[in-house]
Amino acid sequence: MDNQLLITYLPIAVLLGIALFLAVLLPVLSLSLGPKRPTFRKLSPYESGMTPIGEAQRRLPVKFYRIAVLFILFDVDIILLVPWAVSFRRLGLYGLAAMLVFMFIFILGDAWVWKKGVLEWD
Amino acid sequence: MEFQVPSLNLLIVLPVLIVTGWGMLLMLAEFFIPEEKKSWAPWLTMLGLVLALIQTIGLWGYNGGTFTPKGGAPMVVVDNFATFLNIIFLLTGILTVLISIHYLRRTGLDRPEYYMLLLFSVSGMMLMGMANDLILVFLALELLSIPLYILSGFAWPRPDSEESAMKYFLLGAFSSSIFVFGIALTYGSTGTTSLPLVLERISDAGMLGLVATAMLIVGFAFKVAAAPFHMWTPDVYEGAPTTVTAFMSVGAKVGGFAAMLRVFVAALPQLGEAWVPAVAGVATLTLIVGNVVAIVQPNIKRMLAYSSIAHAGYIMIAVAASVNSPDGVSAALFYMLAYLFTNLGAFAVVIALEHKQGEGVMLDDYKGLGKRRPWLALAMAYFMLSLTGVPPTGGFSGKFYVFRAAIEADLLWLAIVGVITSVISGYYYLRVVYLMYMYDGEGEVVANRALVWTVGLTALATLVLGLLPGPWFDMARDAALQTVQMVAGG
Amino acid sequence: MPEVTIDWYVALSVILFSIGALGVLLRRNAIILFMSIEMMLNAANLAFVAFARHLGDLDGQVLVFFVITVAAAEVAVGLVLIVTIFRTKKSINIDEIHLMKG
Repeated sequence: MDNQLLITYLPIAVLLGIALFLAVLLPVLSLSLGPKRPTFRKLSPYESGMTPIGEAQRRLPVKFYRIAVLFILFDVDIILLVPWAVSFRRLGLYGLAAMLVFMFIFILGDAWVWKKGVLEWD
Repeated sequence: MEFQVPSLNLLIVLPVLIVTGWGMLLMLAEFFIPEEKKSWAPWLTMLGLVLALIQTIGLWGYNGGTFTPKGGAPMVVVDNFATFLNIIFLLTGILTVLISIHYLRRTGLDRPEYYMLLLFSVSGMMLMGMANDLILVFLALELLSIPLYILSGFAWPRPDSEESAMKYFLLGAFSSSIFVFGIALTYGSTGTTSLPLVLERISDAGMLGLVATAMLIVGFAFKVAAAPFHMWTPDVYEGAPTTVTAFMSVGAKVGGFAAMLRVFVAALPQLGEAWVPAVAGVATLTLIVGNVVAIVQPNIKRMLAYSSIAHAGYIMIAVAASVNSPDGVSAALFYMLAYLFTNLGAFAVVIALEHKQGEGVMLDDYKGLGKRRPWLALAMAYFMLSLTGVPPTGGFSGKFYVFRAAIEADLLWLAIVGVITSVISGYYYLRVVYLMYMYDGEGEVVANRALVWTVGLTALATLVLGLLPGPWFDMARDAALQTVQMVAGG
Repeated sequence: MPEVTIDWYVALSVILFSIGALGVLLRRNAIILFMSIEMMLNAANLAFVAFARHLGDLDGQVLVFFVITVAAAEVAVGLVLIVTIFRTKKSINIDEIHLMKG
């Protein structure tokens, strides 16, 4: 039975193998066969002529991080809906009521954040 | 498989529901009440806490549980143990609001969020005492802690407040992850997280059960700031706004002990041989470190931080005694009640002297207080005597019951350590008294009416607990009885 | 191939937990400390799931949901605190953050 299971996965393994082979082969080919004539212009980050300003790793403005933190919070807390959604029918009205309470608290938090102006972009 | 609605009795968890709901109500209220009328928040908070307190007192004598799944034990229990602790938590909340009102205004921290977070934290503490399932203990612990992390950083951008918040956060998160791992191992060794079922199965759990117990001890020891897990506590207490320090020195500590007593006395008594020496050892270390290091502190908030570490040690003596002495749990409960009034009273005086935030908290600022404000100085002297444990104070009665329980439980050496360290503690507590009466000094004292009331009430309560401890100890004994009975009767 | 038993999972989770705990004790960067703490929590989650599978009991998996959500709340608060302190002190090395002594 175990072997049967493994054979079902064989096409995926073959596909993985081909993908890996190509992924290594193509860059190696282009690196070794392609002509190289490096000039100053070609090595600059923007070949089109823009002069780069500052560093590549810049600090992002704080508003991004605030949104990110809120995103983590709301995104992860939604997993509590999963067990309910899975057994939605069996839990019936009780489950619905419990979830409504949960959602109310959740939306209250959301509304409070909104009211506090955290979601304002500027 | 048919789903069965778990038994629900919302009436008995009403106090917690009121406190949580009140926090949400404050959030809602902020939508409708204009910015200028800020003064509503503390009084509304107070109303909610008082309502919950009335409801809690009405539940005295009730014994039952709710949120019972099919064929299982209740998740939440309401017995006198929980009710007694809930009264302590609600009183802590009310007194904290009283000392906060004016302090927040003059330090410019008067934002309604303070009171919301306070309410959420109080509801977490209340759940700590009522939780009958390890996962609920964990959730309550986090509900208690997360608002406190924010509250200790409430005075941002003052760097010491931010530092306090970050250190408290890292410490708290570290301790709760150890605690969760302890729960995971308990679950693995017994197949359940429900405390009564853990009680039935833990004796067959073997090595895994012992490791789990050790992890739970470490998690709790961090939470109640016992040595050697106290490293950052003084920094946290010093940097946080003083009202928050007062709140967490009592609330968070009692919350930690609430769950600790429930877990160790109700679920793990068979492993007593393993954890009693560990808890006794931690208690000894805590007493020595707390009391000895407190001597050299020039800052009163820091001194009180070490003093609160030391007091955790005294309560741990009672926890260690609770397996072999019927009065261990009640001694711990009584001690926490006395500690609540004494410590909050002392902090109220500290707040009266702290005219700007972070100024006026050195011991030298107390010079000459006896002449400037004789009543305030008298109250402070009385609180210091109570913290030392000199009769007739609540602190003395508490220590008396704790040491008696320790002797009953054949832990005489632990009681002796307690007495010796109490004598040492006299040095730094009485130095405050000495500075107040033997020196001249000047400095502003800001005592408004709410603060004076708090100082008066807490001093009175400390006096009552000192002169007439009997009835209160009987109440604590009533509260402890059910937990112990639950152990005996299953 | 040897059979993967419950012991393997528990051993892995203990290893993860130890790495996390050592990280908290040895590293000095607040963010790394924080990541170590998350690793400890996830070690506990792994143990929960492994035990739940072993015991044929769903409770353990439900507990993981709670631990994950609480960890998310902690992440939110913790990151905010760390960013706030970084803005004032321009450093998140916890050895450099010591205004208070005693």
